[in-house]
Amino acid sequence: MNFQRFMSIVRKEFIHIRRDKASMVIAFIAPIMMLFLFGFAVKIDIENVEMAVVDWDQSTASREFVQKLKNTDYFIDKYYVSRDQDAIDLIDRGLVKVAVIFPPGFEKDIHKGKEAEVQFLIDGSDSTVSRTALPSAVMTANQYSVQLKTEAMEKKGAMAMGGKAGVAAKARVLYNQEMDSIKFTIPGLVGLVIQNITIILTAFALVRERERGTLEQLIITPIRPIELILGKLTPYVLIGFMNFGMVMILAIVVFHMDIQGNVPLLLVLSACFVICALSMGLIISTVAKTQLQAMQLSLLALLPSVLLSGFVFPREAMPKPIYMMGYGIPLTYYLQIIRGIVLKGVGIEYIYQQVILLILFTILLISIAIFRFKKRLD
Amino acid sequence: MEFAIEIQDLKKQFGDFIAVDGISFSIPKGKIFGFLGPNGSGKSTTIRMLCGVLRPTSGKGTVLGLDILQDAEKIKQNIGYMSQKFGLYEDLTILENLQFFASIYGIPKKELGCRIDEILDLCALRGRENAIVGILSGGWKQRVALGCSLLHKPALLILDEPTAGVDPVSRRVFWEVIHTLSREGITILVTTHYMDEAESCDILGFIYRGKIIALGSVGEIMEENNNKNIEDIFISYVEKISDIKVRGSFRDMKDHIE
Ligand SMILES: Nc1ncnc2c1ncn2[C@@H]1O[C@H](COP(=O)(O)OP(=O)(O)OP(=O)(O)O)[C@@H](O)[C@H]1O
Ligand SMILES: [Mg+2]
Repeated sequence: MNFQRFMSIVRKEFIHIRRDKASMVIAFIAPIMMLFLFGFAVKIDIENVEMAVVDWDQSTASREFVQKLKNTDYFIDKYYVSRDQDAIDLIDRGLVKVAVIFPPGFEKDIHKGKEAEVQFLIDGSDSTVSRTALPSAVMTANQYSVQLKTEAMEKKGAMAMGGKAGVAAKARVLYNQEMDSIKFTIPGLVGLVIQNITIILTAFALVRERERGTLEQLIITPIRPIELILGKLTPYVLIGFMNFGMVMILAIVVFHMDIQGNVPLLLVLSACFVICALSMGLIISTVAKTQLQAMQLSLLALLPSVLLSGFVFPREAMPKPIYMMGYGIPLTYYLQIIRGIVLKGVGIEYIYQQVILLILFTILLISIAIFRFKKRLD
Repeated sequence: MEFAIEIQDLKKQFGDFIAVDGISFSIPKGKIFGFLGPNGSGKSTTIRMLCGVLRPTSGKGTVLGLDILQDAEKIKQNIGYMSQKFGLYEDLTILENLQFFASIYGIPKKELGCRIDEILDLCALRGRENAIVGILSGGWKQRVALGCSLLHKPALLILDEPTAGVDPVSRRVFWEVIHTLSREGITILVTTHYMDEAESCDILGFIYRGKIIALGSVGEIMEENNNKNIEDIFISYVEKISDIKVRGSFRDMKDHIE
């Protein structure tokens, strides 16, 4: 491998990217756009969830609790109905996503220092709502309980300490029992955005040369396949890293993602994933004859990775063959890695299997890319 | 005599179509070899086999004494090549293209500026070094491509239709460079459809349907054919082998239709 030849490819590739509007847009604007589109589509749903209230108790306490729910900015008390069935009907018709039911004696239980129960019905067919409604409801109930306890303590002194006074939110999720936290989506989104951008950018890298006829002039020079491939890869690796940084910062600032685990570890593994995605793009590049074909092949590669990697649908719920297919997709491993580090704060000892598989995939894919690119026209 | 190119029974088959059908020729060093033939006769395919980017179906050959099957990479370091389709980067400037190919050919940094200056003078590229290649006219583009193929001082220059789509004045500028290079001892293989250009070569080879049908110096070929001009000889070859009847000249054509 000759460093001068390698560097001249890198330099040339940067000029191409700088002078090509489409590449610039894909490299710098598309990732932000994708994150916001996906991210906000989710975020809008988080606020202003419409709610039906069935209040059998008709008490100060029940009204106070509804007010607490409204104060979260999450729930809106859209309908007040008098029977449980009416509330279920409203959910069936899609008019509300959540119903809250106060049983008779709600206030009395609180005053007696017993644990009062409040029932939530949650529309599980809308996964974003079902993921978020329950934690919000539970949190409101907990806060209300703390408030009640404090008030009771002030009235009766330390005596009330042992009492069970409070509100327990009991939730029943209708239709779809699978539930996740909203936080689940954002780290996955980071992985998806990085993958899409890098695959698309690199898929075009070699095809462009083939389509414009510059490849014939290039392969007649003493350049070696490894120099050409690595030279083409390097600029996109840098862009991929930058995208990763950009998307992470946005996810933290705009979507309040906080990283529980080790940041350097996440960076190293993300770098590995970027290289893996780039190799996929390069393989596409060696197969496709025109830029249009490259685009179609990229989509063909991206779609299964969105559906099978566990980004949208939990893999555990998939039929066995589909579940197994997920193992053939590098994004699957990266999602487990980034979710593990960001959400659970786990260290390498918990995700080493995924890490090994991701690295193996990366090596395999790069080798295929270099092997497929032969310096011949036939 | 030393030969720059020697090929024997070279054959290339695509599926069941034979593009090049067992051709042989030898080009002595320092000569200009004009490779003529109708569209699709197998010129570019032959050239690609010589450069080592297409593997011959059968046959053998050497380029600059190097085997085309075994030493393809060494051949690449020693030949200059201009592909039929414009092969430079249209979004780079003239200078950037030259710099790129110079470093691909491994010209040391110290000599690079000096060598590029020489090329700019030789190929008459002065004054527009920083123009984006995509906006240049046909004549300029071809001279830039020629410049890029000369950077590493190749001993053999292979030009595939370098003057297609180039105006008469630019064609003459281009051929002046070719003759200058030839005088310096570089061997040149050039394909063209312009018979005036062909007449200024040293050796001519006619290829038709993948077979060489005539080979020799310009003088020999003219003598064999009663001193007709090369264009008429070209047409009579095609008529002799195929059943196509070709009208003698473009002026006749006009008269006939009126
Ligand atoms: N990769 C390929 N696959 C199949 N057929 C090919 C391939 N390359 C060339 N051919 C066919 O081989 C024949 C010779 O092509 P070639 O390009 O060598 O002709 P040429 O003499 O250079 O013609 P032109 O003057 O048009 O450039 C043509 O019929 C062409 O269609
Ligand atoms: Mg040709």
